[in-house]
Parts: sequence; C-alpha cells; structure tokens
Amino acid sequence: MKSLQERVAALRPSLPAALGRSALPFLIAIGLAYLIDAAIGPAIGATWRKILLDVGIAILLAGSLNIVNGYAGQFSLGHAGFMLVGGYTAAWLTFYGGIHWFGVKGTYGGFLGAGQLLFLGSCVLGGLVAAGFGALVGLPSLRLRGDYLAIVTLGFGEILNRLVQITDRQPKRVEDVQGRSLFELANNLGGAESFSQIPGYTTLFFVYVFAFVLLVFAYRLKYSSRGRGLLAVRENEIAAEAMGVDTTRAKVVAFVFSAFWGGVGGALYAHQISTLSPGELSFQKSIDIVLIVVIGGMGSITGVVLGAAILVILPELAREFADYRMIVYALALVVVMILRPQGIMGVRELWDTSPWRRLVQRLRGGQP
Amino acid sequence: MTAAGTSDAGQTAGTSDAGQIALDAQRLSLAFGGLKAVSDFSLALPAGGLYGLIGPNGAGKTTVFNLLTGVYRPDTGHVELGGERIDGKKPSHIARAGMARTFQNIRLFGELSVIDNIRTAAGVRTRSGLFRTLLRTPLHLAEERAITERSLELLEVLKIAHRREEQAKSLPYGDQRRLEIARALATEPRVLLLDEPVAGMNTQEKREMRGLIQSLRGQFGVAILLIEHDMGLVMEICEHITVIDHGVTIARGAPKAIQDDPAVIEAYLGVPDDAADPVPAPDAAPRTEAPEAAGPSSDGPGEA
Amino acid sequence: MSELLQTTINTLAVGGLYALIALGYTLVYGILRFINFAHSDVVAWGGWLAFTVAGAAGWLAEDGAPVFAVVLVVIATMGLCAAIGVTIERLAYRPLRSAPRLNVLITAIGVSLFLQNVGLKLFGNRPRSISAGTALIRNNEPIAAFADVRILRFDVLPIVLSVALLIGLQWLVYRTRMGRGMRAVAFDERVASLMGVNVNRVVTLTFGLGSALAAVGGILFALRVDLQQTAEAAWVVLGLKAFVAAVVGGIGNVRGAAAGALLIAFVEVFVHTYIVKAFPGRLWIAQLQDIYVFGILILVLLFRPSGLLGKSSVEKV
Repeated sequence: MKSLQERVAALRPSLPAALGRSALPFLIAIGLAYLIDAAIGPAIGATWRKILLDVGIAILLAGSLNIVNGYAGQFSLGHAGFMLVGGYTAAWLTFYGGIHWFGVKGTYGGFLGAGQLLFLGSCVLGGLVAAGFGALVGLPSLRLRGDYLAIVTLGFGEILNRLVQITDRQPKRVEDVQGRSLFELANNLGGAESFSQIPGYTTLFFVYVFAFVLLVFAYRLKYSSRGRGLLAVRENEIAAEAMGVDTTRAKVVAFVFSAFWGGVGGALYAHQISTLSPGELSFQKSIDIVLIVVIGGMGSITGVVLGAAILVILPELAREFADYRMIVYALALVVVMILRPQGIMGVRELWDTSPWRRLVQRLRGGQP
Repeated sequence: MTAAGTSDAGQTAGTSDAGQIALDAQRLSLAFGGLKAVSDFSLALPAGGLYGLIGPNGAGKTTVFNLLTGVYRPDTGHVELGGERIDGKKPSHIARAGMARTFQNIRLFGELSVIDNIRTAAGVRTRSGLFRTLLRTPLHLAEERAITERSLELLEVLKIAHRREEQAKSLPYGDQRRLEIARALATEPRVLLLDEPVAGMNTQEKREMRGLIQSLRGQFGVAILLIEHDMGLVMEICEHITVIDHGVTIARGAPKAIQDDPAVIEAYLGVPDDAADPVPAPDAAPRTEAPEAAGPSSDGPGEA
Repeated sequence: MSELLQTTINTLAVGGLYALIALGYTLVYGILRFINFAHSDVVAWGGWLAFTVAGAAGWLAEDGAPVFAVVLVVIATMGLCAAIGVTIERLAYRPLRSAPRLNVLITAIGVSLFLQNVGLKLFGNRPRSISAGTALIRNNEPIAAFADVRILRFDVLPIVLSVALLIGLQWLVYRTRMGRGMRAVAFDERVASLMGVNVNRVVTLTFGLGSALAAVGGILFALRVDLQQTAEAAWVVLGLKAFVAAVVGGIGNVRGAAAGALLIAFVEVFVHTYIVKAFPGRLWIAQLQDIYVFGILILVLLFRPSGLLGKSSVEKV
C-alpha cells in the first residue's frame, strides 16, 4: 500500500486555489461582522446591542476554552486568568499609549484610524502575553489528570489575580503619565483597585471579527490531524501516545492557543466595560465560561455557540429573576451532569446530527 | 504456514529476511519496587518476520511490549529499531520511528468514528503543524486528502469499511480488534506488536484473523511480534517463539522445539503427578487452546 | 521571644483550622476519589448557621454568652451542616457514583454555586462580625500572661477544639468498626461491599463527619476574620488552602491532612511573618501569602503528587 507522503504530491491543489479557499472564510467573516455592526446593530436598540456584544465575547471565551476542555479533554478552571492578562495588557497599551502618542485619554480617530489600530494591536498583544502564560499553565497539565488539573489551573488563575493586585496605582492625569515611559508604567495596573478609564474601542464589528475568526480556526482544527490528535488525547491518552501523537506537545499547544484567544477576549472585554478590577476576573468568571462549554457540549463548536447564546440571553429575558439566575444555573449544572452529561451537543456538531443529515439528503434530492 | 527448517534454538530462515534485523532487544530488565517484572529479555526480530511471545498469565508479556514501545523505561538493556536506539524514548517518538502496537484490553478512541480512529494514527506521517492547519495551506490539504484516501484503503483491507462512520465504541468485538490493527498500520510501521489479537474470538473469526495476520507481512512489509494464548495459532504461524514465565525467558526457538521443551510444559501445566495420566505428547494433541492450568482470560487484573 | 510565641500560637490555631477543613476533603477523596468542590461552601454555611442560631437564641448580646451556650451553638451547627452534607451526597453525588470523575467534579461545582447563592439569599450579602465585639465568647481575657505574652481564650479555643476533634476522628477511623468500613471502602469499594460493608452508609457517614468538621472550621474562621457573605471569595480561598493542606499531606490520609495543615499554616503564618520582617517597607511582600500556598500546591503536585504521607498508584497500561 502506498505510504502517505507518496500520495501527497499527487493530491496537492494549486496554490491560487488553496489560497482562495483558505482566505474566503475570513473575508466572509469580516463581511458578516461588518453587517452585524452596521446593519443589525443600529436596528435592535441599545439593550440588545449590548447583549449581542456580550454573546460575541462569550463565544470567544467559551470557544477558546473549548479547545482545552472540549478537544483535549483537559479540565481547566483558570480561563479567567488569561482574560485578566489579556485585558490588563491591552488596557495598559491603549490607556498609557493613547496618552503618550495621541495625547488624549478616550478613543481617538475614526474607523481603522490610529486609535483603532492601536486597539487592535493591543488585543493581539494581550493575546500573545496570555499565550505565554498559557504555556506556563500547560506545563503542569502534562502530569496531572482531571480533578488535580482543575485545581492547579484554578490556583494559577488565583496567582495571576494576586499578582495584579500587588501592582501600583494607576496615574490618571495626563501629566502624570506623560512623564514616564510605557515600560515604567507596566507596573501601574491599579493594584487591588480598578484600572479605569479604558478607552471604549470595543464595537460589534471587532468582537465578531475575532469571534468568527476563532470559529473558523476551531473548525479547521477539529477536522484536521492536529485536532484529531487532541480528541485522541481526550479519548485515550495512552493509545494516542502509542499512535504517534506527541501528547505533551498537543496539550501545551492546546493551552497556548486557547490562552491566546482568552486574552483577546479579555482585551475586548476590558475595552467594553472600561474598568477592570481583579475581583471580577477570578474563578467565578472561569466557572461562568466552563458553564457555557459544559452545557453547550464539550468539544462541539455549534454547542458552544448555542451555549453562549442561551446563557447570555436567557438572564436578560428573565430580568425579574435575575436574583435567582445563579441558583438556576447551579441547579442546571447538577441536573445536566446527572441526566445528560454530554450537554446539548456532546462532541458532535450540528451537521453531524440525524435531523440535519436527513434535511441535507432531502435537499440534494436523494431518498431519505 | 509452519516454519520451514527446524532447529532447536535460534532463528530459522523461514520466509523472513534473516539478514536485516528490524527490532533488536538486548537484555531488557524492569523491576517495580522489589518485584522483578522482566529479567534479561532479548529478542532479534528480522525484517518481515513473524515471531511469537508466549507464557502463562502474569508472565510479563505485555510488560515486554510496554518496554519495547516506551511506556516503561528499562532498568537495563537497550532496544534498537532498524539500527536506531529507542529505549528511553517516548512512545510517540517510537511510533514515529516505525513501531506500532495493539492493546490487550482494546484502547480505541471510542467516541470517534472508525475512520477517524485511523486518520488520527495516520497523522503521525504528516508534516504540517498548527499554522499550516489553521491556514489550510496546499501541503496541509494534500496531506488530509492523502490521509483519507489511505485510511479508506486500510479499512477495505481490514474488512471494516462498511462501518467507517460508526462510533468505534459501538463496533462488535471482532471488528474492534480489526480496527486496532488497522489503526496501528496507519502509522506505517516497520514493526507491529500485536497483543492477543484473537482473544475472545470464536473459531471462525480466529481463522480469518490468522490469514489476515499472515498476509500483513507481504502487504505492508512489516515484521510482527505476537503475544497470544491460542497455542494452535502461535504454533502454526510463528517462525520463532520466545517463552517467558515470571519475567524470565525459559525457552526460545522454533515451534516444534518449544512444544517438546519440558521447561515450557512445566510452566504451563506444572510438574505432573506420577499417578495421573502422563502429559500427552504435544504431537498427539489437537491444535486447540493452550493447555493452561485453569487460567481465566487474561483480561483480568493481572498482566499477560 | 514573646513574638515568637505569639506567632507559634497563631500558627497552631490556623493549622488546626485548616486541619478540620482538610479532613473533609481528604475523607471524601479517599472514599469516592473526587474533590468535593462544595466543601468550602459548607464551611461558609457553618459560620453563618452558627451566627443565625446564636442570634436566634439571643446570645449575641454585647456582654457575650456563657460557655455552655457556645458549646450548644457549635454542636447544633455541626448537626445542621452534617445534614446538609448528607443531603448533597444523596441528591447530587450518589447518582453519579459510577460516572467519570470529571462529571462529578462539574456537579460539585454546581452544588457549590448553589450553596453560595442560596446562602446569599438566606443570610444576606453584608459581612457580619461575630468576633470579640459581639462576642460569642464571654470575657476574652487572658488565660495566662507572662512576659509580654497574653494567651487569650480566643487563641486557645481553636487549638483545643481542633486537637480534640482530630483525636476523636483518629479514634473513629482506626479503632471502630465504622472506621474499618471507611478504610475498606477507601481501599476498594467493590471488594468492601462484597465483604459486607454497607457502602452507602459509609459514604453517608463520611460526608456527615466531614461536613460537621467543616462547620467548626467555619465558626473558627468567622471568629478570626469577620463573617463574609457566602459568595465571597474568602471562603473558596480558605477551602482551597485546606485542600492544598490535604494534598500536601497525602490525600486520603487522615494524619496527612493534619500534617499538611500544619505545614501550610507554618508557611502562611510563621514563614510569612519573618519574610515580611526581613523586607521592611515593601508592601507587596505582605500580600504574597496566598501565592506561597498555591505555589506549594503546584510544586507538590508536580514532584510528589502522593503527598508527604501518601502512597503513589500507577495506572495499568
């Protein structure tokens, strides 16, 4: 039987074709995001705009956590830590940088102007720094399973939280900031108080561009050798290792990739609410994100999107019961684990389910 | 197919390429705390050979496999695969170097589909990393197509292609064992370790498996080391057999020699009483199950 | 010198506190092989129930309460928390007895959230004080005073209580039939049941005991710091540290929990105090306690996962 590499040469698509196929989803993503921002956003009123924004960020956070918890089956309870790192890094850059380079404290410039470009850069920077921490967190995961890993990741999240709390206060006056370099100011993240007056750059457009890009990546990862390697680690790590999957590398890469997007989510979050405080980005937040992944279905992209939508929108609809929201969530978690532990979708996607398949078959004109 | 040429010990010409040694294990030992699991194990598997490893329950056979594949690090001794030292390396490295295995207690990726089980293992021969995957470069696309193509062919050969989209854990037992073999073959190994491939099968299934295992050498150019309890199977298809008991190699050689070896008989049956029936000569015994002393199947808590 | 003594007493008090809570984690893990995430919330409820009971009985007046009242409150709270623990096990964990451990962990998180938020509704979200001011302990006078040291009744109580309960638990686990049953189930649940041990009863007892001890831990903690609302991070962090103590000592091991608790308290109180003294003026050093503890957890899990007094287990391939 012919080996793999022997076949590869014959099956290679041309570069332009591949380029087109590769780039198309991103172009569509940008288009859709623009549509949401320009057409849908203004049409639905302020309340629903905020909800839509929250859903987008939730998709980003849960979708990234899904890579570690869902694909690789490593139970991480420290995702808020990556949000924290990404958010504070991005805020540091836009707040202090904005004062240094633009001389103002709020947003600056128009669509894709200097200010927004700085913001985009800060999101990416936040992601990269978070990714670095992701590697750090991923390393202990190599030797720990299940419960213990959960606790260690929780501990990491708490350590990051504490570390932020021992930074210095945030100088808020322009004069105070301009006298000092950005690197000096790296330690002025507000300490236990909040870091405030973060320029509000986050819009529906940016949120959904990032969210859609992540979804495309998550999809491509899942249906590839790398992704299957992760799923194999989740299913049976010893067998995966025996079949050539470098489980160490796979797990660390999962953590790093997931942390990057968690950091981006944190950056977007920071520039939405304008004020970051360490207390808000603690394990409670991690648990909120885990909730989405668990209920949506660990390992399912469509599940995570559904979960994010449900868990963000539902409390809004049931405003009067806001007090009882957490209690309901808590009960839901217990009930789901007892009755349907795989969540809504399990590890499958919408297009794997039988109703969908039957629909597709019927549309193609075949018999059911 | 029995081994051609019978010598008491050592390797036979058989149909294997006696010149090239695919897997060379020398004086492997492993102790768990105070318990010596494997003592001084040596084996030279020629390219294209089909060797057997037998022994009573708990003899340490699977431990040997674990030593060869890197699950355990040997205390002493070393292992060479096609000339390259592999002892002390991680199992994934060893798989990449060309040695694959199946497991005594089936370890499939249960929730994944049959074909995805194979595709996962095939991934070891790809070169695209995370970035190429995310960006769907031409190389990545070509490799994915090649993986699917080869996986489908493997499924055909192993006769489970009709189940390719089913979840692995829902497969009937015999098909699960076939899938494990297909998955191991997907890594394009030069050496294949099969851990009790016919355990729990009926006569018909065993016959099919026997033919399949023998054909693997020609079709895939792979050398095979087999752990089995079914003596009939082992005696029929293996060119050379190593017998271990309590981690110690007690006999080695062609099947005929092994059958007559008193140490082997004693290990399996114990020393016979004077009064009772004498132990029947192996020639006279039909080629059926191993004459073990009332052992339960080796899926129990002990090791093979 | 006097300060050394004071610090030592603090260490012992904190250690005792951690030990009581750590035992709950370690007992449950030993038997059911999962981390009862909701344990720290039972601790919180212990503090609050004690406050509620004492308040209802009118014992929180300015002049404090007689000793027997204190004892009554503690016992009542222990009983209530034991009931809570047993109920949780029955409703949320027992259906998952044979499910993958991860599922139980997630369920435990759900239970934890539930307790936190119901507690918030029941007890309100403002912190209360049940320490010396509205004293549960009358006359917090020194039991002994020499040199510059004042050993307050306050300090002694937690130590005495912890030691007494630990000794009692040790006796129970190692000298009674029930204790033998617990150890048998911890060793191998299936075999224990074949040997006639009523596994369900053992599990119920374990949860009841752990929760009762947690109650005491909650009361002691509330006496040291103010009573924080049930969803406050302080409780989870407390639980986390006690869990670290259990792991460090060797999870599943009663003596280990006590040893680990002492070690954690030692680092957090003793070592920390002297590090702060060694670097005067650096405020941020004073906030590193939590980081020490988490750091220890990570180090232990990486390099000696079975803990100081535990034994390791190997997965069969």
